[in-house]
Amino acid sequence: MVENKITPDIRQYLPFEDKLAVLDRQLEQLKLEAQKGVRGISAQMRELQITLTSELMKIYDNLDPWQTVQVSRHPQRPLLWDYLNSLVKDMRQLHGDRLFGDDCAIVTALGQIGREKVMIVGQNKGRETKEKIDCNFGCPNPEGYRKALAKMKLAEKYNLPIVTFIDTPGAYPGIGAEERGQAEAIARNLMEMSRLKVPIICIVIGEGGSGGALGIGVGDRLAILQHAYFSVISPEGCAGILWHDGSKANLAAEALKLTSSELLKLGLVDSVIQEPLGGAHRNQHDVIHNVEQYIVSTLRQLKRVKIDDLVEKRYIKLRNIGCSYQAAVDVRKPKTTVIPDKVSAKAQLKKVKATEEQPV
Amino acid sequence: MAKKSKSAWEGFSLKPRKEMPEGLWLACPACKQMLFSKTVDKNMNVCPKCEHHFRVSARTRIEQLVDEGSFEELLPNLTSTDPLNFAWKGAKYADRIEKLGDNEAMIAGKAFIRGRGIMLAVMNFDCLGGSMGMVVGEKFCCAADQAIEESLPLIVVSCSGGARMHEGVVSLGQMAKTSAALAKYDDAGGFFISLLTDPTTGGVTASFAMLGDIIIAEPKALIGFAGPRTIYQTIKIELPEGFQRSEFLMEHGFVDMIVQRKDLRHEISRLIDYCEKK
Repeated sequence: MVENKITPDIRQYLPFEDKLAVLDRQLEQLKLEAQKGVRGISAQMRELQITLTSELMKIYDNLDPWQTVQVSRHPQRPLLWDYLNSLVKDMRQLHGDRLFGDDCAIVTALGQIGREKVMIVGQNKGRETKEKIDCNFGCPNPEGYRKALAKMKLAEKYNLPIVTFIDTPGAYPGIGAEERGQAEAIARNLMEMSRLKVPIICIVIGEGGSGGALGIGVGDRLAILQHAYFSVISPEGCAGILWHDGSKANLAAEALKLTSSELLKLGLVDSVIQEPLGGAHRNQHDVIHNVEQYIVSTLRQLKRVKIDDLVEKRYIKLRNIGCSYQAAVDVRKPKTTVIPDKVSAKAQLKKVKATEEQPV
Repeated sequence: MAKKSKSAWEGFSLKPRKEMPEGLWLACPACKQMLFSKTVDKNMNVCPKCEHHFRVSARTRIEQLVDEGSFEELLPNLTSTDPLNFAWKGAKYADRIEKLGDNEAMIAGKAFIRGRGIMLAVMNFDCLGGSMGMVVGEKFCCAADQAIEESLPLIVVSCSGGARMHEGVVSLGQMAKTSAALAKYDDAGGFFISLLTDPTTGGVTASFAMLGDIIIAEPKALIGFAGPRTIYQTIKIELPEGFQRSEFLMEHGFVDMIVQRKDLRHEISRLIDYCEKK
């Protein structure tokens, strides 16, 4: 029976998706029957489809933070190469940091997105076991960050905008990584990215783990997929430190406010890119389309701004992380705390706006 | 009855004697020698026997480093506002902040070292492991801005466990923020000395601490990106002796010089003379 063969990618379910698994199986069964020529089940199928959709909505509209983390780590979630293969035309991958070696966990490539030629920097977790091991499960080594910086400098030289895809549990904590200066590599990237004279767009497509993610995540715009997360420490790590129990990760995830909606509320990301119903792994095509739309429209916006203004705006944006909350401090201790004039975000932004408007 | 008679005899009582104040003696963790704490204090918190450098609080560090009475503090009362409403196991981060008061993880200000004006920022390990949150970021950036304005050299003494997880991504953002401020400072031609002390790990190492024009480390300080425990948990291999210590970093080319605590003032002032703006 040829039509009965199992499809190569069997859908995998997360622990909170048991109901969906049952429904999916039923639907599959009905489809098989329909293929065999059994009549009068289309109404049944439609009904089942509706239940499935409503169940999906129920689960995915109310994901708690720990579930979000699980979704972002879903084994079938689209990875960097899924995006690159269908998003980028005419891609040329570039290798090596010219200092030590080539790190597969960070991919750098020249390519075209929409009509725009760009430099792409992305973190790759790997799909197959061998690829995963080659990529350290998405944990870059210092040479990866240095490669990224070298290619970004190249992009600056030829005035190519930079698009980065972030998907890493964190930078690799190994002996070799420490010997080769993991911290220095990340620090250098943060410093240089803050003053690169080309537009930079950063998108968190899966896990945004700590400094490892930030190492290629400083730019003019930081976007995050709906079910991705971005955090200062992995929920397990945080639970280990504060609860002395790594299995309390669900509590830590809640406390860390690492979901896209919370980050948007805190003003730490610029936009959230919507995922199709049931997460990116249920419909790769749609999520990739949304990402493309975002990149194209944002690049168009950023290209309109003069590059010096853009860099200055980027600096002000970075400079104000955490500043908006400090206003409350002044109220509590009004006598001594004085934040100098030039620090205040609003005043600076106003100035920038005023200068922008004048010449036109 | 025998017990009673024993405790009545006062000769070898195991209870601590009343006239002995606490903290008068301390044991050196490196050579296990019992040391009189006043001698250690006089010796700049360094063990006189084995030159083990004890951790010092930010205020003591400033006292040891700058000319007496020259320190003018910048933004002294800045405190965090707990952006995440962070709570764990019934404890609240907001309460911790209340208790901290002025004792935040960084103290910044203008000072003189042997008559040379500097901008100084010192991290305080006593405050939540010297972790970098919004206050550290803000103080650092203000110090850098002030240093640009008055064209002073910037000296930062790092002593931190990393980013403060109680502030979530806000504290992660401080890594980018401080690095961006340093980029500005660098563009303005400023001279930045980063002094690494025990311990400097995590987000602080991966941002401003490793971006010094000149990087100085104290002897045998723990300096690294991931802490030794994290590395051990990940790769399950026993870490080599002296791994992530200052000498290890110097060997691998990430530290310019290792300087004893007693020589710091002299060395820094000499470096400033060489790299002064003309």
